[in-house]
Amino acid sequence: MITVENLVKRFGAKCAVDNISFEVKRGEVLGFLGPNGAGKSTTMRIVTGFMPATSGRVTIGGHDVSENPIAAKKLVGYLPESAPSYPDMTVAGFLAWAAEMRGLSGAAKQSALQRVTELCFLQNVLHQSVDTLSKGFRHRTCLAQSLIHDPEVLILDEPTDGLDPNQKHEIRQLIRRMGETKAIVFSTHILEEVEACCSRAIIIDRGRVVTDGTPAQLKAKDDTAGSVTLRVHGVDPATVQAKLSQVVEAGRVTAQADGARVWARVEPRAKGQGGDLASAIADVAHREHWRFDELHTEEGRLDNVFRKITRPDSVRS
Amino acid sequence: MSEGLRNMWAIARRELGGYFNSPVAYVFIVIFLLLNGFFTFSLGYYFERGQASLAEPFFSWHPWLYLFLVPAVGMRLWAEERRSGTLELLLTMPIAPWQAIVGKFLASWLFLGIALVLTFPIVITTSFLGDPDNGAVVSGYLGSFLLAGAYLGVTELMSAITRNQIIAFIISVVVCFFLILCGWEPVTQFLVNHLPDSVVNLVKGLSTWYHFLAFQRGVIDLRDLLYFGSVIGFSLFATSVVLRGVRGA
Repeated sequence: MITVENLVKRFGAKCAVDNISFEVKRGEVLGFLGPNGAGKSTTMRIVTGFMPATSGRVTIGGHDVSENPIAAKKLVGYLPESAPSYPDMTVAGFLAWAAEMRGLSGAAKQSALQRVTELCFLQNVLHQSVDTLSKGFRHRTCLAQSLIHDPEVLILDEPTDGLDPNQKHEIRQLIRRMGETKAIVFSTHILEEVEACCSRAIIIDRGRVVTDGTPAQLKAKDDTAGSVTLRVHGVDPATVQAKLSQVVEAGRVTAQADGARVWARVEPRAKGQGGDLASAIADVAHREHWRFDELHTEEGRLDNVFRKITRPDSVRS
Repeated sequence: MSEGLRNMWAIARRELGGYFNSPVAYVFIVIFLLLNGFFTFSLGYYFERGQASLAEPFFSWHPWLYLFLVPAVGMRLWAEERRSGTLELLLTMPIAPWQAIVGKFLASWLFLGIALVLTFPIVITTSFLGDPDNGAVVSGYLGSFLLAGAYLGVTELMSAITRNQIIAFIISVVVCFFLILCGWEPVTQFLVNHLPDSVVNLVKGLSTWYHFLAFQRGVIDLRDLLYFGSVIGFSLFATSVVLRGVRGA
């Protein structure tokens, strides 16, 4: 539904977006990650047709955003970064306005209003003016605006920013549910959100895509990914280390005493064989009749990956 | 209704609602009517003149009245959208930017028109006291409405230039002031002594004051209509150029 090819945006000498390309299909939820100022919002502004690109091409549902902006914009629902809305309007008035701008009228408008009101839990504030609302409600009002025409493409710039944990949970559920039938791009710097609702994630840094993959693929880039932790009772750490080092798949092995227990950590010799490593270690423990109460394979942590690849001194791929 | 008209109407209605949902509309209308009365009856010597004419005591004050009141109505048009970030919302809707520009303009112009229509008691009074030239009254109102539109166009443009309403207001007042001055008699008298006639006429031709004069006298001249039309058209076009720059930056 969304294709972005070689997108470049310069502001004077500063290059905010530097040759970004990606694609989002229907049924995909793309998480857009990156440090502040990486170019996330700028990219989204170009994709939604607010800003012209310096060069490159964006199409939505086959329509070029710069050549055929109105057809492209019709397919898109957009939640801008600060979730703006008109403070002097009531929530109902604002949503009715958004519906009219989207070409809805009469019964279609009424049912759209009702749908988004329920979806975003706005029933109790419908007739309040926007400037009397709390931040969470304002945010959801603007989100409701982006859903009013049940768009095929959703672009959400930090949709959970400023919400409390319950509201965050609701919005994530909503994104995941809608992601089954729509193409969704959302930006965030909350990494757990990516794991909670993305089918794919892109990390951008200084205007470039530094990595693109499923959350699991991203996590596998963590140095700790694939290493196995074992907790054993009543064995000498040196023995544990010696026995575990004999496992063929094992790389570096460390073992530490913690009271009567021993924590052992085994890194894989080669990446991507975590499952085998864990079962090999379980075999050793059984053979030696160790009493162990914990054995698990590290999946890797997104925040480690994020820090590793967006660090200023890291080598960019 | 075509899609373009429908979009403009949705934008214009929101804008009009913005005026009437807040005290702005009522404060404006009350002050506009009070000032009109004050100028007409006190400074305009309406009764002392003993003439059944609205040109001198009523319409001739409008360029000065609008000088401050029209920028007050129009200053928020784009500045507020830019400041609050709703510009991003508005311009990612499936509409052409000119529809938003014209829709906003029409809403504010309609509002100014409503305020102007509410001065009707002065027409009734004059008809009661004497026998005014109805044609001149109609052309005076038309001229006044066009004058308000020209100032409003300038204000909309200035409002797009900045995200600060106060700055938009001040620059609009200054620009509109120049548009009055370059055709105001004391200034043209001064220019005649220093510049060749052709230049003076050119400068005079740029003035809202000069083009509004004929309407007050009851003359609807195509050139004056063209003048006000082109001031409005140029302002709105320039607004679209400015907005394109705002989006790119």
